[in-house]
Amino acid sequence: MTWLRRLLNRDRLEVQLDRELQFHVQQHEAELVARGVDPVEARRQARLALGGPEQVKEGCRDARGTRWLGDLTQDVRYAVRMFVGRPGFTAVAVATLALGIGATTAMFTIIEGVLLKPLAYPDPGRLVTLIEQTDWSNNFGNRWSFAYPNYQDCVRDTRSLTLAAWRFNGGTVTGSGDPEYVNGLQVDPGFLGMLGIAIDRGRTFLDEDSRAGAPPVAIVSGELWARRPGSREAPLGSPVVLDSTPYTVIGVTSMNARLPGQPDIVTLLGNPESDPRGLLRNRNVHPGVQVWGRLRTGATVEQAQAELTLVGRRLAEQYPDSNRGRTFIASPLRPNVGDVGATLWLLLAAVALVLLIACANIGSLMLVRAVSRERELAMRAALGAGRGRLMRQCLTETAVLGLAGGLSGVGLAKVGVAPFIAFWPGTLPRADDIVIDGRVLMFAVVASLTSSLIFGLAPALRVPARHLDRVLHAAGRAIRGGSRRLHAVFVAAEIALAIVLLVCAGALGRSLLRLTALDAGFNVHNVLVARTAVSPTALADPSRTRAAWDGVLAAARTVPGVEAVAAVDTVPMRAGYNQNVYWTSASLPPIAERPGAIMTSVTPEYARVTGLRIRFGRFFDDHDRAGSEPVIIVDDILAQTAFGQPDVVGRQLWLPDLGPGSFTIVGVVGHVRHWGLASDDQAAVRAQIYYPFAQLPDPLVRRWSQLMSIVVRTGVPPGTLVESLRHAIRGSTSDQVMYQVQTLEDLAAASLARQRFLLLLFGTFAALALLLSSLGLYGVLAYLMLERTPEIGVRMALGARAADVTRMVLGESAGMVLVGLCVGVAGAMAASRVLQQFVDGVHGVDLSTYAVVMAALTASALAASIGPARRACRVDAMTALRQD
Amino acid sequence: MPPKSDLPQGTLDLLILKVVALGPVHGYAIAQRLQQVSRDVVQVPQGSLYPALHRLENRGLLAADWKPTDTGRDAKFYRLTRGGRAALESETASWRRLAEAVGLILRLSEGGAE
Repeated sequence: MTWLRRLLNRDRLEVQLDRELQFHVQQHEAELVARGVDPVEARRQARLALGGPEQVKEGCRDARGTRWLGDLTQDVRYAVRMFVGRPGFTAVAVATLALGIGATTAMFTIIEGVLLKPLAYPDPGRLVTLIEQTDWSNNFGNRWSFAYPNYQDCVRDTRSLTLAAWRFNGGTVTGSGDPEYVNGLQVDPGFLGMLGIAIDRGRTFLDEDSRAGAPPVAIVSGELWARRPGSREAPLGSPVVLDSTPYTVIGVTSMNARLPGQPDIVTLLGNPESDPRGLLRNRNVHPGVQVWGRLRTGATVEQAQAELTLVGRRLAEQYPDSNRGRTFIASPLRPNVGDVGATLWLLLAAVALVLLIACANIGSLMLVRAVSRERELAMRAALGAGRGRLMRQCLTETAVLGLAGGLSGVGLAKVGVAPFIAFWPGTLPRADDIVIDGRVLMFAVVASLTSSLIFGLAPALRVPARHLDRVLHAAGRAIRGGSRRLHAVFVAAEIALAIVLLVCAGALGRSLLRLTALDAGFNVHNVLVARTAVSPTALADPSRTRAAWDGVLAAARTVPGVEAVAAVDTVPMRAGYNQNVYWTSASLPPIAERPGAIMTSVTPEYARVTGLRIRFGRFFDDHDRAGSEPVIIVDDILAQTAFGQPDVVGRQLWLPDLGPGSFTIVGVVGHVRHWGLASDDQAAVRAQIYYPFAQLPDPLVRRWSQLMSIVVRTGVPPGTLVESLRHAIRGSTSDQVMYQVQTLEDLAAASLARQRFLLLLFGTFAALALLLSSLGLYGVLAYLMLERTPEIGVRMALGARAADVTRMVLGESAGMVLVGLCVGVAGAMAASRVLQQFVDGVHGVDLSTYAVVMAALTASALAASIGPARRACRVDAMTALRQD
Repeated sequence: MPPKSDLPQGTLDLLILKVVALGPVHGYAIAQRLQQVSRDVVQVPQGSLYPALHRLENRGLLAADWKPTDTGRDAKFYRLTRGGRAALESETASWRRLAEAVGLILRLSEGGAE
C-alpha cells in the first residue's frame, strides 16, 4: 500500500487495527477459558499479555509512516486553539504581518507582471531581437537599428531564424468622420505570424501583398474599426485612408496590447507611399528597422549568433563603406518596460524592510509568550516530550500565525495592486499582465513561512532541554539574561530598519524640494503643447508642407486668448529628442570624438511662447528663411563647452547632419532642462542648439512634419482653448489634427512624478516603520518592567525614588535605541548610496537629514518609554514584594 | 516508550517471516506458534508483535487478507509475498552465518581458557 493510500484510508485502517487486536485478545481469552481459567480472570490475563492497547496501536501507527501528519494536525489544532484563546495578541500579530506580507506581495505581483513574466506570445522563449553593433561608438553608443538591406541579407543567409522587421509608423486617418492620429506599425508580411498573432476577421498579410505594384493593404485593430464611423458594418476590403493613402483593410484583430507602441493600424514595410525617397533601401543612411526573430525548431541562440556573425563578416567585405566593423547581435526578446525596473525593485526592497520590522515586532511578542510558557514546556519535557517534538510544535504555531498573516496579506495585495497602478506616474508598462497568479501565491507562502521562521526561531530555540527543575522552580518569573538580550536585539533591529527607511524618505523629500525649486529655463505657465499633423496631402512637397505649417500657426493665432504660437520638433521634458554632433571648425574629428548637442527646430515665436531667456544676440525672425544665411542659436552650456566664453554671437559651428558649411551663431539663450527637472543634470548630452524650421533642408521636411508640435502661449488657462484651437487648425481640407495635448506645466510636474511617487511610498513606509518600532519598543519595555516589578519593589523599599526608577527604565530603553541608531545609520548610508544610483536628482544624504531622523526616532522612543517608566514608578513596594 | 524485546535486534522480523512462510496465519496464532516452537524460550511481548507485523506489511514483505477462521470469526491472515520469501531466505542465510561465526568465536575463547 502506498504512503498516500495509507493516509487516505486512515479511518478504515484504524477500524481494522481495532478488530485485529480485539480478535487477538478474545482468542487468547477463549483459550484460557478452555484451559479452565475463570472467564473474568481470563479476560484480565489476556489484556495484560497484550499490553496497553493504545501503546500497541501507536506502535502500529508509527509503522504506517504517516505519523508526522497526525502530529502536524494535532499541533495545528493546538496552535489554532491557543491563538483563538488570545484574540488580542493574535489580532495584532496577524494584522501586522498581513500589512507586511500584503505590501510585499503586492510589490512582487507588480514586479512579476511587469518585469519577470515572459511576453504574451506563444513560446516566447524562442523569440530573439537583432541589432547592429559596430566596433566604434559615438554619442549614441555602438548599437544601431537595422538597415533594411542588411536585414534582407540576414533573412536570406540564416537557417536557424525566422526573421521579421518592423518600424513605428503613426499617421493621420481621414475619411468619414473626424481626422485622427493613430499609432501604427509597418511590418514584414511574416511579422504577425511569427509572433503568433491571429487575425480575428479576415486574413493576415501574404508575401504577395508586398510585391511591387500590389494594392496597399492594412490590418486594423478592432478598436479603430469600431471607432471609425460606418466601419463597423463595412465589409472587409473597404478602404482606410492613412496619411492620404487609401489602404484596403484585409483583417481586423485585437492587437493594441500585444504589439509594441499599441498600434491601431499595421501596414507593410517598403510601400512607396510612405518611403518616397527609397531611404529604406539605403544601406548607409537609413531610417532603421527593428528586427525580431523566432528560433526554428532545434536551433539555439548560439547557432543563430554564429550564422549572423558570418553574414556580418561577409557584408563588411562586400560593402566596406557602410558595413566595416559592423556585426549583428541576437539576444532573447524581452519586454520593453523602459526604466521602471529600478523603481519597482527599490519599492520591493522598502516593503521588505517594513516586513522585517513587522517580523521583529512579532518576534519580540512571541518571545514574551515563550518566556511565560517556559514552565508549560518544561513540564511537558519533564513528562517525556522530546525537545525536537516541542520545538516542532513551537514552529508549527508560528507557521500557523505566519500563514494566517500571509493569507490576509494576499487579500490586501489583491486590493492594493489596482490603486498602485492607478497612482503610478504615467502609464505602468504591461499593467494588463499584473495578476495574482500561482507564482505570486507561492511567493506569499514563502514570504509567510520565512517571516514565521524569523520571528519564531528564537522562541522555539528557548524550549528547555536541561535544568528542567530550575525552570519549574523559577515559575517563569525570572528572565534569564539571554532572553533579555534577544529582546534588545529585536528592538534594536526594528529601530535600525526604521532609520534606513526614514533616511531614504528624508533624502527623497529633500531632493524633491531642491528639484521643485530648480529653474526649468522657461516659463511653464499658460503654455499648451500639442503634437500636430498637417494635411497629409501637403506632405508630398516640402514647400507645400512649409506653407501648411504657416497656415496652422496663422490659424491658431486667430483664436481669442492666444498670445503667441510656434512650431517645434521636440518639446522639453516630453519624451523625444534629436541629437546631432557639432564642431567648431570645418576639419571634423573622427565620428567617435565629435561632441553632441540636442537639436531643436523652431519657428521665430518660440522664444516668446516659452519665455526662453536671451542672454546675447537675438532670436530667429522671419528673415531667417531658406536661402538666407544659415543661422543657429546655442544655449549657455554649449557656449561654455565649445568656446569657453559666454558671448559667442557671430562665431561659427559645423553641423554635418544638418548640411555642409558653417552655421552662424546669432544668439545665446539660457539652458533649458530638456531632460526634466530631475534628470537633466545627469544627462549625457545637455548642450542645446536651436535652428529655424524655415532653414530645415528640404529632404527632412516630410519626416520633421510628422514629429512637430505646436506650442501656444495663452492669456487664459490653456485648457479652455483646446477645442477652439482644434477647430481653428483643421484647415481647408479639415484633415489637420492636434493630438497628445498637454500643458508645459504638466510636463514639468510629470518630470518629477517618479520622485514624488517614490517619496509618497517611502514616506508611508517610513511612518509605518516608525510606528511599528515604537510599538515594539513600548511592548518590550512594558514587559521587561512587569517582570522586574519585584526587583523595583525591593529597590523602592530600600529607598529608591521615582526618579531613580525612571532613570533605570530610560537607561534600559536608551541602550536598545543606541545600538539600533548605530546600526541603522550604517545601513542608511548604504541605502542612500543605492538610492542615489537609481533615482535621478538624489544627492548624498546631508547631516541635517540624519539629525532630523535621529531626533524623530529619539522622540518616539522617549514617548514609547514614558508609559512603562511611569508604571514602574507607581509600583507599590509592599504589593510588589508580596507577588512572590 | 520503546517496546522491549528479549530478542536481538531484527530477529523478531525473521521469526515472524519464518512462521508465516508455513502458510497464512493470523496474529494470535503467530504469537502462539513462536512460543510453542521455541519451547517458551522466546517470549515475544505481544505488544511488539503487531507493530512488527504492520511494519513488514508496509514494507511489502507480508500481505494480509481478512478471512474467517475455523470458528467462523473474521481474522486478519498474513501471508508471505514474493519479496517476503526472498527476504526470509537472505535473512536466514545471514543469520546462519552469524550464528556460526559467533559459535566459532565462543569455542575459540573456551579453548583459549584451557
